[in-house]
Amino acid sequence: MKRRQLLQASFALGCAPSVLSRAWAANLPAKAQVVVIGGGYGGATAAKYVRLFSDHKINVLLIEPNAQFISCPMSNLVIGGSKSLADLTTSYDALSSKHGVTVVRDKATAIDPQKKTVTLQNGGSISYDKLVLSPGVDMVFDSIEGLQAANASGQVLQAWKAGPETLALRKQLEAMPDGGVYALTVPEAPYRCPPGPYERASQVAHYFKQAKPKSKVLILDANPDVTSKAGLFKKFWSDNYKDIIEYRPNHKVTAVDNHSIRFDVQEPVRADVMNVLPAMRAGAIAMQTGLATANNRWCGIHYQTFESVAAKDIHILGDAILAAPAMPKSGHMANSHAKVAAAAIVAQLSGLEANATPYLTNTCYSYVSDKMVVHVASVHQYLAEEKTYKTVPGSGGLSSEANTLEGTYAWNWAQNIWADSLG
Amino acid sequence: MPITRQLIPALGLSLCALSLHATAQDKPATPLHQRANAAMCANCHGTEGRTVKDSSVPSIAGLPRDYMVQQMQAFKNGTRPATIMHQISKGLSEEQIASLADYFAALPR
Repeated sequence: MKRRQLLQASFALGCAPSVLSRAWAANLPAKAQVVVIGGGYGGATAAKYVRLFSDHKINVLLIEPNAQFISCPMSNLVIGGSKSLADLTTSYDALSSKHGVTVVRDKATAIDPQKKTVTLQNGGSISYDKLVLSPGVDMVFDSIEGLQAANASGQVLQAWKAGPETLALRKQLEAMPDGGVYALTVPEAPYRCPPGPYERASQVAHYFKQAKPKSKVLILDANPDVTSKAGLFKKFWSDNYKDIIEYRPNHKVTAVDNHSIRFDVQEPVRADVMNVLPAMRAGAIAMQTGLATANNRWCGIHYQTFESVAAKDIHILGDAILAAPAMPKSGHMANSHAKVAAAAIVAQLSGLEANATPYLTNTCYSYVSDKMVVHVASVHQYLAEEKTYKTVPGSGGLSSEANTLEGTYAWNWAQNIWADSLG
Repeated sequence: MPITRQLIPALGLSLCALSLHATAQDKPATPLHQRANAAMCANCHGTEGRTVKDSSVPSIAGLPRDYMVQQMQAFKNGTRPATIMHQISKGLSEEQIASLADYFAALPR
């Protein structure tokens, strides 16, 4: 069998022996192999669900450089001070122990779509029958003058990938004197997590209200208005953070220096803590493989199966894709993408038709204080004749107002989706 | 949940009805597609409908089929209050709801 030769070849090419032991290789049955790049909400879920949907018959390797999963959703609570990074951290161990996924702690440095191989940073390469690529986003630092250096020095943080920068931003806020200014810039949509910046502003305002009431939160938004849950955020700000949060639309950042942020039209702004979110695009590996077909920024896919429009047998998930209309770049959405893609992969490898009418759900909670939450929810139906997803008319919607009941549900959502993606 | 407990005796009946419902559909989804659609519930209700311990959102694995259909209808028409489910349920057709109810009813609790 051709496939068997391919699999054997993948080991002959020399995978890191510490990760792929001889015993594991010896047990490898002659069957399909799925490789997943990226262990975030999309990739981890895809790895687990390819195993579940194939009744554990398809081999799955997950390539992820980080030792543990740290959730971006909920990470604004670390900045606000009500949660720790440990509260948001989940091990990859259950993917191996419960589901038989081989977790390879390494970084994928190249994909060869013709040979169907993935090259690893620590050496060797792995063959795939199907590749799931869930690379997340990269910050386009060089789109803003001075930002690359300011970020590298730790002075101007993005903290848009939960981890060390999340903690560093919290430290900057703690060190800021009362009466200081925290400035958060929002890039033009689309970017990862539409309501995320406004949740972050709310969290910082909540912290300032308790600890530094003379301080200000300045939201400098490249968009003409708050891009998600606008009415809910603005109402809560006006009722609770009136003297703290100031919202300024149409502020497109062009440069940063030691103490100020400059814009294309508006006057420069001085701030004590500058949290600058640049434009975002699909993760580097998607860019370099030529998969970012939309504006050289996002990955075009066939929405029914999430297969790349540019490369056969590569299925792309999560924030990196060119989103269908009204589809947010969110962790919940990436988890939903992963299940449709996993089912399509299992179907195709089993010689079955992919689901003709898949659908996706999304729920997104934002904490406006340590306990009060607002949500947006949606259902996205695939329409075969239009070859895209559209929200189902009459479905979905927002919270009527910020409330503590949904504060309980939001934290509960996190526990369940972490377990669903990784447990 | 007391209501669920009262309905448990009806479970056997609804499981018997399962095969009937499955064959009554015009174009039954293959089991894989049905399972993948049902996985859309798992983001909040847990993998295969089983939530984490002490979850404030209920597990849905093993719920009686007819009970689940009724509850989804109640979310849709507003007779059962909700924070999210009234909005999600309106995105699902009767056929999709029936398929989900069949799937989760057939799972052990």
